[in-house]
Amino acid sequence: METTVHAVELKHITKRFGSVVANDSVDLYVDRGVIMSILGENGSGKTTLMNMLAGIYFPDEGEIFVDGKPVTIASPKDAFDNGIGMIHQHFKLVDVFTAAENVVLGLPGKLDRKAASQRVREISDKYGFDIDPNKKVYDMSVSEKQTVEIIKVLYRGANILILDEPTAVLTPQEIEKLFNVLRAMRADGKAILLITHKLNEVMAISDVVAVLRKGRHIRTVRTAETNPQALTDMMVGRAVTLDINRTEPQNPEPRLTVAGLTVRNSEGVTKLNDVGFIAYSGEILGVAGIAGSGQKELLESIAGLRPIEKGSIIYSPEGKKPEELVGKTPMQIKEAGVALAFVPEDRLGMGLVGGMGMTDNMMLRSYTRGKSIFVDRKEPEKIANQVHDFLEVVTPGIDYPVRKLSGGNVQKVLVGREIATSPSVLMSAYAVRGLDINTSYIIYDLMCAQKARGTAVIFVGEDLDVLLELCDRILVLCGGEVSGIVDARTTPKEQIGLLMTSVGGKEANA
Amino acid sequence: MEQKTPLLRIAKRESMAPAKTWLIRLAAFLFALLIGLLIFAALGVNPVSAYGIMLQGSWGKKTVIRQVIKYAVPLLGTALALAPCFKMRYWNIGAEGQITIGAMAATFFALNASGLPSPVLLILMAVAGTVFGGLWGTVPALFKARWGTNETLFTLMMNYIAIGIVKWLQGGPWEGKPGSQIIPNFAKSAYLPSVFGVHIGWIFVLILVVVLFIYMKYTKHGYEIAVLGESENTARYAGMNVRRITVRTAFLSGAIAGFVGFLVVSGADHTLADGVAAGVGFTAITVCWLAQLNPFAMIVISLLLSTLSKGAATLQTKMNIPTSLSDIITAVILLCMLGCEFFINYRLITRGHHEKEVR
Repeated sequence: METTVHAVELKHITKRFGSVVANDSVDLYVDRGVIMSILGENGSGKTTLMNMLAGIYFPDEGEIFVDGKPVTIASPKDAFDNGIGMIHQHFKLVDVFTAAENVVLGLPGKLDRKAASQRVREISDKYGFDIDPNKKVYDMSVSEKQTVEIIKVLYRGANILILDEPTAVLTPQEIEKLFNVLRAMRADGKAILLITHKLNEVMAISDVVAVLRKGRHIRTVRTAETNPQALTDMMVGRAVTLDINRTEPQNPEPRLTVAGLTVRNSEGVTKLNDVGFIAYSGEILGVAGIAGSGQKELLESIAGLRPIEKGSIIYSPEGKKPEELVGKTPMQIKEAGVALAFVPEDRLGMGLVGGMGMTDNMMLRSYTRGKSIFVDRKEPEKIANQVHDFLEVVTPGIDYPVRKLSGGNVQKVLVGREIATSPSVLMSAYAVRGLDINTSYIIYDLMCAQKARGTAVIFVGEDLDVLLELCDRILVLCGGEVSGIVDARTTPKEQIGLLMTSVGGKEANA
Repeated sequence: MEQKTPLLRIAKRESMAPAKTWLIRLAAFLFALLIGLLIFAALGVNPVSAYGIMLQGSWGKKTVIRQVIKYAVPLLGTALALAPCFKMRYWNIGAEGQITIGAMAATFFALNASGLPSPVLLILMAVAGTVFGGLWGTVPALFKARWGTNETLFTLMMNYIAIGIVKWLQGGPWEGKPGSQIIPNFAKSAYLPSVFGVHIGWIFVLILVVVLFIYMKYTKHGYEIAVLGESENTARYAGMNVRRITVRTAFLSGAIAGFVGFLVVSGADHTLADGVAAGVGFTAITVCWLAQLNPFAMIVISLLLSTLSKGAATLQTKMNIPTSLSDIITAVILLCMLGCEFFINYRLITRGHHEKEVR
C-alpha cells in the first residue's frame, strides 16, 4: 500500500527497441495540482516514456499506477479511460472540420454540434483559452491548433495531461499564454507532464523537474531548489559550459545580395514575397520566424533547388566578379565556384542518403570530381574519419547506414560534411534540431569558427534565445515576407516575437 | 484488473550478421520445399520420388544440364538488365518487350546480311539488338522525365506493342513459306558458336555479372543510381541531373535486355517468333528481387528457377504431372523468401515472455 496516492506512478518501466534500451527501469510519479517537467537530451527517452503512458507503446517491463491502482495501457483508448491525455508535437486534426467538430470526433453517441460548441466554450472559459469553437482548423494558427488539441484532451475528461514539446512551434507571446492556461489547469487539480529541453521554460513553469539521461531517471528535484546550470549538469552527466563566444565581425563585405525574391510552391502559393537582404562575410545572419514562414524556401532558392519567380541573388566571391545565381542549376552553382554549403532541414529526405554509410554520404556533393568514371572513395573516407573523430559521431563504423544512427549523429554527419567543403557561404536550417546540449554547442562553435574564417553564415533557427546569443543580425520572416532585420545584440526577444507574427512588428530598425 | 497484455507483439530486431540472414533465407527455401512435399502428396504423388525425378531431369545428365543452363542464360541476363532500374526505383517491367525488340533487330541482319563473314554478322546483330533494346527501353523513361508518366504501366504496355510488331513481321514482310506465319531459320553464319555444348552466351552473361557489379558499386553512374533510388530530393540537392540519369539508366537496362534478345535468337532459337521472350522478362523480375539486386546471387537464383522449370517438365513426361506445378512451387518459394525478410527484421514476443503481468 502506498502512503500517499499519486495521480500517476511508473514503477521499473523498461522499454527496448532492438538493442537500444530507450527506458531503463524508470521510477517516476506525479501528483495532482503539479506541473512536472520531463527534462532530458534528445534520445534520453522522454518521449518514449510518455508514449507508454499514452498507450502508443507498451512497456517491456514494469507497472503503471493511476490514482494508486495498477492499470494496463495497451492503446490510446485505455489511456483515455484512465484519464490520461497526450498532446503530441505533430497535431492530429482534420483541417476541414471546426474546432468543436474536431474535439468530439471519434466519441461515441450522436453528434450534437451545438452541445459540443457549448461544452468547448465552457472549457475555454474555465482555463482561459481563446478559441472560437466554430472556426475551421485550416483557418487557424499553430497556436490555435494546439489549443484545440488541448481542449480535445480535456473534453475527454483527462486529469493527467502530457505535452510533448508544446512550445517548439510558438512565439514568446503565445508561450506565455500557454503557460497561463497550464497554471489554470494546475489550480484545477490536474497533473501536468511537460516534455521539454528548454531550461528557461522549465524554470518558469514547472513545480518539479524529472531529469532523464540515457533512458534512466536520474533525479526529480523541486524547481525552486535548483538552477539551469545544475539541471544541465544532471542532464549531460558532467559539467558543461553554456556560453557562445560571439566575436565582432571582421571586415564584413557583402557576399550574397538578395533582392526582390519571389517564389511560389508547386501549387502556386506564394511562399516568398519580395524578399531582400544582404549576407556579409564574417557574420552570422540568423533567420527567425514561425515554422513554415518561408525559411525552407529561402535557403532552397539560394541553393538553386527551387524555380524562382522574380528577383535576383548576387553572389560576390572574394576577389572575383559578382555572379547572378538565379536561373542556374544546383550543379552550375557548384561548378561556377560558388561554395554554398547547405544543411537542409529535412536531413534524411534531402541532405543524406539513409541507406549509405558515412563515406558514401561524404561524397554526395563531390563525387563528380575528376575525369575517371569510377568514384574515388579515398578522400571521402578521410573526411568521414575526420568528421567521425572531431564531432564524436557514435556509429559502429563509417560504412554503417546513417539511417540507423540517432538523430543527433545524423545531424553531425550532415553538418560535418558541409563544413568540410570550406564554404564561402554556409546555410543551415535547424542545424541543432535533435541534438543534445553538448553537441549543440559544438555546432555553435563550428558556426562561429566559420564566421571567423570569413564565411557568410546564414543560420535558420527555432530557439530565439540561441539566435540572440549566436547571431550578429537576425532576419525575421513572417508569412514569406521580411518582417524586419534587427541587431541581435540589442533587440529584445519580445520585439522579435512581434515581428514573427506581424510584418514590420511595431517599428523595427531595418 | 483484467490481463490485457497483447498475446503477440512485434519488436524491431537488432541488426543481424549477414551469415545468419542467409541462413534464415536458406531455411525459408527448405520450408518452401516442405510445402511442396505436401502439394505433391495432395496430388497423390510420392513426394520423394517426385523431387528425385525433378533433380534427375535437370542435373542427371550432361544434356539436361546444358538445357538448364541454356534456359538460365537469358534469365540471368535479363535480371542483370533490370537491376540498375530497380536500384533506381524505376519499375521497368518491360524487359519482355525490350528482349523482343532486341531479337527483332538482330534478326533483321540475320535475314538480310547472311552473306557476311560469321563474326562480322554476329557483331552486327549484337550491336543492333543492344541499341534497339536500349531505344525501346528509353521511350517510357523520356515520357517519365518529361511529363511524369507512370513507367510501370508504360513499360508493361510497350511489351504488347513489341510482340505485336513481331507478330506482324511473322505473317508479313519476314514470312518464310507463304501462309506459314513462320520466319525462316537463320543461315549458319548467324549461329552463335558453342562452348562446352552451350552457346557462348553463358560466358557473356557471366562477364556481364562482373561488369554490372563493378558498375553498380564503383562507378559514378552507379552511385548516382543508388542516390536517386533512395531519394529524388537528395539527388537534386547533390546537383544530379535526375532526368538524364533516369533516361540513361533506362537505356542501359533496355540495351542489356536487347542483347539478351540477340543471344536468344542467335544462340538458342535460330529464328524469331513472337514468343521469343517466353516470359523471361517477367521471371527475371523474380530473380532480381530474390537476389536482392546482387549480381552474383542472381547466378544462383536463375539456375534455381531454371532447374525447377526443367525439373517440372521432366515430371510431366515421366509422371504426368502438369508443368503448372512448377509455377506453384516457384510461387511458394518466392512467398517464403519474401516472408522470411520479416523474421530478419523483426522478432515476435509472446505474452509472458517477460514478467510484466499486472498484479
